[in-house]
Amino acid sequence: MAVKTRRYSGRDVTILVIGLGVAVIVNVGLIWGPTLASVALSGTDWNGIGPIRWVGGQNYADLAGEYPPFWSAVRNNLLWLGFLGLIATPFGLFCAVLLDRRLRLSRVYQSALYMPVVLSLAVVGFIAQLVYSSDYGVLNAVTGLSVDWLGDPSINIWVVMVAAAWRHVGYVMIIYLAGLKAVDPALKEAAAIDGASEAQSFFRVVFPTLRPVNVIVLVITVIEALRAFDIVYAINKGRNGLELLSVLVTENIVGEASRIGFGSAIAVILLVISIGFIVTYLSQLFREER
Amino acid sequence: MTLTAPVATDPVQRRRESPRRPVRPLRVLLYAFLTLVALGWLLPLALAVYASLRPYDETARLGYFSLPEHLTLDYYGQAWSQAELPRYYLNTLIIVVPGVLVTLMLASFTAFAIARLRIPGRKVLLIMFTAGNLLPPQALITPLYTLYTLIPLPSWLSDSQSLYDSYLGLILIHVAFQFGFCVFVMANFMRTIPEEITEAALVDGAGVWRRYWQLTLPLCRPVLAALSTLQFTWMYNDFLWALVLMSSGDKLPVTSALNNLRGQFFTDYNLLAAGSVLVALPTLIVFQMLHKQFVAGLTLGATKG
Repeated sequence: MAVKTRRYSGRDVTILVIGLGVAVIVNVGLIWGPTLASVALSGTDWNGIGPIRWVGGQNYADLAGEYPPFWSAVRNNLLWLGFLGLIATPFGLFCAVLLDRRLRLSRVYQSALYMPVVLSLAVVGFIAQLVYSSDYGVLNAVTGLSVDWLGDPSINIWVVMVAAAWRHVGYVMIIYLAGLKAVDPALKEAAAIDGASEAQSFFRVVFPTLRPVNVIVLVITVIEALRAFDIVYAINKGRNGLELLSVLVTENIVGEASRIGFGSAIAVILLVISIGFIVTYLSQLFREER
Repeated sequence: MTLTAPVATDPVQRRRESPRRPVRPLRVLLYAFLTLVALGWLLPLALAVYASLRPYDETARLGYFSLPEHLTLDYYGQAWSQAELPRYYLNTLIIVVPGVLVTLMLASFTAFAIARLRIPGRKVLLIMFTAGNLLPPQALITPLYTLYTLIPLPSWLSDSQSLYDSYLGLILIHVAFQFGFCVFVMANFMRTIPEEITEAALVDGAGVWRRYWQLTLPLCRPVLAALSTLQFTWMYNDFLWALVLMSSGDKLPVTSALNNLRGQFFTDYNLLAAGSVLVALPTLIVFQMLHKQFVAGLTLGATKG
């Protein structure tokens, strides 16, 4: 047999070019291309038809100065992030720590906590209406109050965040549980022998080893907070106190006023925030790999 | 005479457990807390099921938090026929089944090329694909919408004659968006398969396709199962893409069509509850049956570097 210097035959190369070519075309054509186009369009006043005119930073100036929903959306997105990050995520971790021991019914508890994760956020939004409805909702019936939980713009964001957290806790819990299972039990034993209390051994020994998981959970939390959309849209289309950046982007294209340039400017703001976290996440992942 | 009484627990286990674990108050507290949390977590869904079984005038009079006078399955019938749910389930199937299959095919081949063949630029590709999956959809949705309206399709493929408002358009965006995550998970998995298997085949002169299709893919069955479970749920639950990229109401997938149960001026929440339960049912069934795959899929992506 002749010595093969080439690793791949002609047929191999063809298959690779087709397979990877399709993958790259789909990814660039439908994901990265449009993302870059968002950045470009955010500098124009295009309305979807007609000519495209460059207006520089005008959209961003309008956004900050003359578009009141923008700032309430920013505030709500930040609240959303804070709520998921400071309440839902730690609670998920707490549940994971509790469940990471030999318990009877551990499976049942896990399933219960985890179940909302498989529900669509739109369905979560509809279920939230049963709980919070002002006339015959459960919350008012149980507490005896007559608060319009979803209609009052000063409180509705809070109760919607609780509904979002309902789903987020299970997600975080399952990821931490997997992380905790991977922690070397000898570490905990050593800490116990040295006389560390359970809390000490968790905070000083176990938690630091969870660093990679923490980064991943952080990124998931941020991305969920930026992507939040379905749940408020299912409740009242994201108006009246429930404005979110994602809703404003969508409104500027599916609404009657097709302000593509303006909508893109909001999209770019979302993009810039998320890129920062995506880079953190990827550098974490690819560092581990090495 | 008491000696013959059957011992309830396994004696070995009993001996091992009883001296070391007397009923500790902390343990009781732990169980109580977890039970409370678990019940609290199940409550909203239980409430939705409960509300969907009661007639509107009764809940309007007594509230949702009350004992039932009548229980009825009428709302399920109504949601099923009046809201034409079967049609929307079918729409979802038309979108999700090809979506999952194409995503896994494309992603597994890409992952194989990245993890197993020393193609140049593989790291850049992997980063690009993975990062693409993490972008918020809104960052790209405006130009995507415009792009979709501009791409013509023959009318046998889409009666809107463009990629906008077509099943193909939705399938494509699901594939494009979910593909990155699958490539990432599968590339990691394929790296754990011993290299010797494909090297032996290489010596025998097996081509790229054979090494991928006949040697690598069969070993990826667990990860394929996990990913298809996860992808089915995610694509099924999609709300945004259909909302923006579809315009005809009769082509919507079932999750987005749920909005149709809401009246213009008046919403019967019990009907909406029945609709929500019906829409949630497939994912809940998948979750119950394939719990392990589901969790594996999520944690594979999240915790393995």
